[in-house]
Amino acid sequence: MEFKHDVIIVGAGLAGLRAAVEVAGNTDVALISKVYPTRSHSGAAQGGIAGALGNEEPDLWEWHMYDTVKGSDFLADQDAAEILAKDAPRAIYELEHMGVPFNRTADGRIAQRAFGGHTSNFGKAPVKRACHAADRTGRVIMDTLYFESLRKGIKVYEEFYLLDLLMHEKRVVGLVAYELATGAIHTFHSRAVLLATGGFGKVYKTTSNCFANTGDGVSAAYRAGVSLQDMEFVQFHPTGIYGLGVLISEAARGEGGILRNRYGERFMEKYAPGLKDLAPRDVISRAMAREIREERGIHGRDFMHLDLTHLGKDRLAEKLSDISSFVRIYLGIDPADDLIPVQHTCHYMMGGIPANLDGQVLGENQQVIQGLYAVGECACISVHGANRLGCNSLLDLVVFGHRAGKRIVRELGDLAWNPMPKEPDKSFLVKIEHLKERQKGESAWVLRNEMQGIMTAHCSVFRKKEDLEKALAGIQSLMERYEKVVIDNRGMRFNTDLTEAIELGSLLNLSHVILVSAMAREESRGAHFREDYPERDDQNWLKHTLIQKTGEVCRLSYKPVTITRFEPKPRVY
Amino acid sequence: MEVNFKIYRFDPETDSKPYYRDYTITANPTDRILDCLNRIKWEQDGTLSYRMSCGHGVCGSDAMKINGRCALACQKLVKDYEGKEIILEPLPSYKVLKDLIVDLDPFFEKVKFVQPYLLSTTALPEKERLQSPENSKKLDIAIRCILCACCMGACPVLNENERFLGPAPLVWAFRYIFDSRDTQYLERLKQVDYSHGAWACVNYYECTRACPKEIPITKYINTIKREIQKSKDTNR
Ligand SMILES: Cc1cc2nc3c(=O)[nH]c(=O)nc-3n(C[C@H](O)[C@H](O)[C@H](O)COP(=O)(O)OP(=O)(O)OC[C@H]3O[C@@H](n4cnc5c(N)ncnc54)[C@H](O)[C@@H]3O)c2cc1C
Ligand code: FES
Repeated sequence: MEFKHDVIIVGAGLAGLRAAVEVAGNTDVALISKVYPTRSHSGAAQGGIAGALGNEEPDLWEWHMYDTVKGSDFLADQDAAEILAKDAPRAIYELEHMGVPFNRTADGRIAQRAFGGHTSNFGKAPVKRACHAADRTGRVIMDTLYFESLRKGIKVYEEFYLLDLLMHEKRVVGLVAYELATGAIHTFHSRAVLLATGGFGKVYKTTSNCFANTGDGVSAAYRAGVSLQDMEFVQFHPTGIYGLGVLISEAARGEGGILRNRYGERFMEKYAPGLKDLAPRDVISRAMAREIREERGIHGRDFMHLDLTHLGKDRLAEKLSDISSFVRIYLGIDPADDLIPVQHTCHYMMGGIPANLDGQVLGENQQVIQGLYAVGECACISVHGANRLGCNSLLDLVVFGHRAGKRIVRELGDLAWNPMPKEPDKSFLVKIEHLKERQKGESAWVLRNEMQGIMTAHCSVFRKKEDLEKALAGIQSLMERYEKVVIDNRGMRFNTDLTEAIELGSLLNLSHVILVSAMAREESRGAHFREDYPERDDQNWLKHTLIQKTGEVCRLSYKPVTITRFEPKPRVY
Repeated sequence: MEVNFKIYRFDPETDSKPYYRDYTITANPTDRILDCLNRIKWEQDGTLSYRMSCGHGVCGSDAMKINGRCALACQKLVKDYEGKEIILEPLPSYKVLKDLIVDLDPFFEKVKFVQPYLLSTTALPEKERLQSPENSKKLDIAIRCILCACCMGACPVLNENERFLGPAPLVWAFRYIFDSRDTQYLERLKQVDYSHGAWACVNYYECTRACPKEIPITKYINTIKREIQKSKDTNR
């Protein structure tokens, strides 16, 4: 079938929904999501959303901006970081007005707590900046925005899977989608497409990300010729539940939790004497990896302990109840009495589709691609640079979701209906047919396991040339084997065997892009740590990576960082 | 250890009626039931369909019947069913679309019926509206709902009477009735004050037992009933 809407938003996480609320009402807008909207991964966000409201102690947006820039290891574009920090209070009040049930201070204002890398007075001491609803902040914001966008009459295509972006002479025309319930392939004709498809942590074996975080939107943009930005910057969160990767939010340390090694030492005192357990994630993940290498992991093994026992049962029940229940269910221990085994877990992708301050996607020579927008984790605006601070993602989603939505409304009158290409769905129809017919080859899960193993072993917290080369060869050979991937299910209804095989295509593409970008960057900055180049090198590398697909190969180029208020300086915590 | 599964299978397009298929896999006692499903699908039978996303009980995708009880497959572990065959069936009360996937549209329609968004006629302040911590705490537990519909599948009343609004929508009604920022208190009470609304609940407590987020649903429904009564008494 062919559907037609002025605006199509792909993705129902906070980024897509915030834009949807802005656009819905007087425009013909549709939302498509491969998981039922309320299942989107924004709902897993636990800790909070940052904003210098100053409800608990003095705070200024300038301090927030500084922390963001320093956290990014000076790779964030400072015009973007300024908007993020300055607009935060407004964006959060607006969420409150829509009904988000934030926790409250004694005098009835929005309660705030400490979070990694957020400080007062340009780095002097931790500050309470994270607005939260216990440890289910993302969930309550998402439900509020979802029901608000329904109230405004948005059309939702639930469980529709974006296969391909359609372009015509470098303008967006629409997209091709697969309907999970029926197996039908549909085309969507539109004047504007906003991508809000989230991250792709499933590139790695251990991740806090959901099964749906496979980077389909980023990969579709890449295949359509859009370059990707800063893809080497992958955030590993220090506290995933050992073995599982399920997240124990930084909120646990914001409330007073402490990381310990096998001797019970609070090892972060050594690595970040100022902020200790509330240092940014890249710093802590590396410190943990060091401790483990030097055999101070618990029982000499590859995990550390998170100590929440001193917080007391009441505080745990009130502020960290979901987390406590994860620990009870999956580990069978009680955080009030027992230490929690934790290990770093792939958490967030700083890189993505390059976009300007209004979410307009940037193509060739940084020119706007007409009609194409991207916000949220799939985009790179870039506010997070080489390392994102906790609670700045939810903020990014609502601040830039709102801006992109406004831009679309403003611009729609000028956006034309471009002609659809002939047989727009042909390539995927053929691909799916082949997939279903193929009898001999390997299953997607076998290739996926290998990919995750390779990326985890060779492109995690520590990286070096030989490892990255090894990984690249491995991924390239997997890409060849993927050409002959087979599936078991030839049916039409909810064929997740088929969609998982398609997702693997995106993941392999993105693994490749991450590796090529990481090999090229011969310095250490934020989450990208090269053992063979352990220092930051502003002389040569204070710039954003761009990688573009040209035919069967990819091409790297670079663009400058926007620096306004804060000159780069050594990053110590 | 070896674990035996018996899984409900049905593709309305090709099967004349549902059937069960047996699978045996090797699993650790601490594996999630969802991990087992994945292993079955990946290694043995790609035709099996179920929903999943977060894998740790926050998105609400994988509600199903596990050995007769409605639960999330990602929140139950193999050791919870020690030594038993594990039977997986779709959530009751809803139309099966394929295997363990049911049509939840009627569920979401019922949630929408209670207007799950803030309704307020007061002017907005420049900053946040004030709300006392006591009031915010009243909603603390209700806002844990992840819309998984386990409670709906578990409710014996709903199994018999599909017109019953059901436990989850009533939790959402509770959440807004008691939110001090919402000004439609009486209208909201009226909305659920009908025979298939709050009053259809006869306190089986099955929803409360099934809720993966430990929301005291039945208690909340009873609170709503009392509040309706109270509002009528004071208006008389
Ligand atoms: C466990 C966890 C806790 C976190 N806690 C915090 C926190 O406390 N504070 C904070 O600021 N950040 C936090 N983050 C980060 C933050 O939650 C994410 O970065 C953010 O939610 C991403 O939102 P999004 O809207 O970009 O995408 P998502 O919420 O991931 O949504 C992606 C959407 O795209 C859709 N989609 C994807 N592919 C397709 C396709 N092919 N076709 C159709 N639809 C598609 C999906 O269905 C989904 O609706 C956390 C992250 C995790 C994993
Ligand atoms: S997969 Fe999200 S609740 Fe189970």
